Amino acid sequence: MHAETDILFRESAAKALLDPQLRANFRRAMDGLITKRKAQFPDPEDLQELRHLSTAIRSRSLLNLPALLVQLEAACTRNGIQVHWAETCEQANQLVLDILQAQGATRLVKGKSMVSEEMHLNAFLESHGIEALESDLGEYIIQLDGETPSHIIMPAIHKNKDQIARQFSQKIKDAKYTEDVDELTAMARKVLRQKFLEADAGISGVNFAVANTGTLCLVENEGNGRMSTHVPPLHIAIMGLEKVVARLEDVAPLYAILTRSATGQAVSTYFNLISGPRGEGEKDGPQAVHLVILDNGRSRIYGDPQLQATLRCIRCGACMNHCPVYTRVGGHAYEATYPGPIGKILTPQMEGVGVRHDLLHGSSLCGACGEVCPVEIPIPDILVRLRREATHQDPASSVAGKGTGRTDAEDRAWRLWAALSKRPGLYRIVTWFATRFGWALPSGAPLLRDWTRFRTKPVPARRSLSERMRAERGSHD
Amino acid sequence: MTPARPPRAYFYATCLVDLFFPDAGMAGIQLLRQAGVQVIFPEGQTCCGQPAFNCGYWEEARDVARTQLALFPEDLPVILPSGSCAGMMKNHYPELFHGQPEEAQIKAFSGRVYELTQFLVDVLDVKLEDLGEPVKVTWHSSCHAVRDLGLKGEPQALLAQLAKVELATLAREHECCGFGGTFSVRQPEVSGAMVCDKAADAEATGASVVLSTDGGCLLNVKGALDQKGSPLKVQHIAEFLWERTHAR
Repeated sequence: MHAETDILFRESAAKALLDPQLRANFRRAMDGLITKRKAQFPDPEDLQELRHLSTAIRSRSLLNLPALLVQLEAACTRNGIQVHWAETCEQANQLVLDILQAQGATRLVKGKSMVSEEMHLNAFLESHGIEALESDLGEYIIQLDGETPSHIIMPAIHKNKDQIARQFSQKIKDAKYTEDVDELTAMARKVLRQKFLEADAGISGVNFAVANTGTLCLVENEGNGRMSTHVPPLHIAIMGLEKVVARLEDVAPLYAILTRSATGQAVSTYFNLISGPRGEGEKDGPQAVHLVILDNGRSRIYGDPQLQATLRCIRCGACMNHCPVYTRVGGHAYEATYPGPIGKILTPQMEGVGVRHDLLHGSSLCGACGEVCPVEIPIPDILVRLRREATHQDPASSVAGKGTGRTDAEDRAWRLWAALSKRPGLYRIVTWFATRFGWALPSGAPLLRDWTRFRTKPVPARRSLSERMRAERGSHD
Repeated sequence: MTPARPPRAYFYATCLVDLFFPDAGMAGIQLLRQAGVQVIFPEGQTCCGQPAFNCGYWEEARDVARTQLALFPEDLPVILPSGSCAGMMKNHYPELFHGQPEEAQIKAFSGRVYELTQFLVDVLDVKLEDLGEPVKVTWHSSCHAVRDLGLKGEPQALLAQLAKVELATLAREHECCGFGGTFSVRQPEVSGAMVCDKAADAEATGASVVLSTDGGCLLNVKGALDQKGSPLKVQHIAEFLWERTHAR
């Protein structure tokens, strides 16, 4: 059962487990987030009602996705936002580069955007001589160390205060060593302020794009989103094509459940509604606003009625906060842009279910993710469905890499299991042997070897229940 | 609506209880008999098919599920001492047989499936009398029993009826123990970390017995506690309830 394809996550996770500092950082942070979220939803019935409403809004948006995207483009264009479409990350990167180069922009500041992480935009721009500075504090921290986000909401959550203190004192010019959080934040703020003022362009993500008004909604806590989108003369927003909703009224419930699920906040410190470039007589705002809409496999996911639920995601991160696997290994172990449960279903659908088979089996199917998901994505069911897709070539399926996770060893194992389990007579003989001689199996036997690293060897009972019930029946006859 | 109190019911052992916890299975049968239910234990029980289903091998799972379905021809409740296997038969059989000739039959069958404590509380409304010595126990709520099958505190309700049993809650009661079927051998390191934490959590409660309703969790948690030489006993709730309520 240990296919080559199972190994990537397993090895990275095993390595992460050996780092007690990392485990402590995640556990503490996730416990805090779980507690804060819980406090925001004191009434379970209210929570369920809000979840159902949010699910309905996201489902309805997806149902009308093609029409809503057309409407969004028209409304944005009316507002003076220039809309660009990208099928692949390469195309999206090129589009962003072209826009920047047309303006002669070489220095840009970025608000937090997971889609830009998906595109590996920073590295691409840097290779073309453009400095892309992350302005979200967490993103700034990891960028200093050349790392990727370990969480979609809190990208630097794998680090604790002391680690950041050391890092700042080494990497920020003229910085003194301090473990005071306010002082550390002020240090980053000082650097970033100057960069905001000097930047030729700002890049941001989009939390919700409103189709009928052409409004781009941006949720944030630090004001860096507003600075990135309003101070530089050029703003480029990037979004996955699933982010659209029909109307402004749809945003309110989604916003309410997003901030509560994500950080346990009733509202975020900033909520930006961007409806176009600086207008006639207005005192601030960029001269030009562009919106890049990225597909990168989303329309393929969209084509499958069950898997489409993946696109309901509003990127709150609650699934990772509550995941017993993520909590222990952290986000980097997933070797993917989107870690945790949502990443386990999204990444294989984007990159192929065969090549990322490891992620599909990195779950105990405990269901904690599906339970807290604000838009009720049935993550465990989708994992099982994708495990099926990975090992079978269904002609009707449009899943990327279908059938490429199949291995002879696993095939044989399940065929053998079925051959035994559908023949009660044979099963009876095998269980009889297991009860009599199971104890004699060496702990080093395949499968048992892994089990017994942390547990004693499971030994079958002397007589199975079936055998005892047969004896009982016999004594009555 | 509470279903009418049936005079007879099927008992489905599940492969893990059959092989590793036959005392728990026997205790479950005795609890049902004590409540006046005539228990039918069909010959030919193997596995519900969940392991293959969860790994994507649905044809194999269906082949096995068909042979098991044939064991329950009468319109009687089917009772399992496992939340996970009950969840498989109740919630995932309809999915597994979607578009198959048996689809309608499966829907009727799934409606008859109960986990043991669910049946004891929701259908039979049993009243237990505690005959045992004072003891402190802790409860591991199996993920599938709660999140998939949808148990709503039935095991705790049964334990609350026992006058001399003190229930100490785990710090992370609803966190997975790390079993997850093939997960325990496909991701042995993460699974191991999870079960070690669960074992430590159980020890920290000061309880002398860890109870659960699922063979997988029991095997996993017991293995980890035994490995570290813990004196904690790990027991299926059926066995615990039967030991404390029947006159010896």
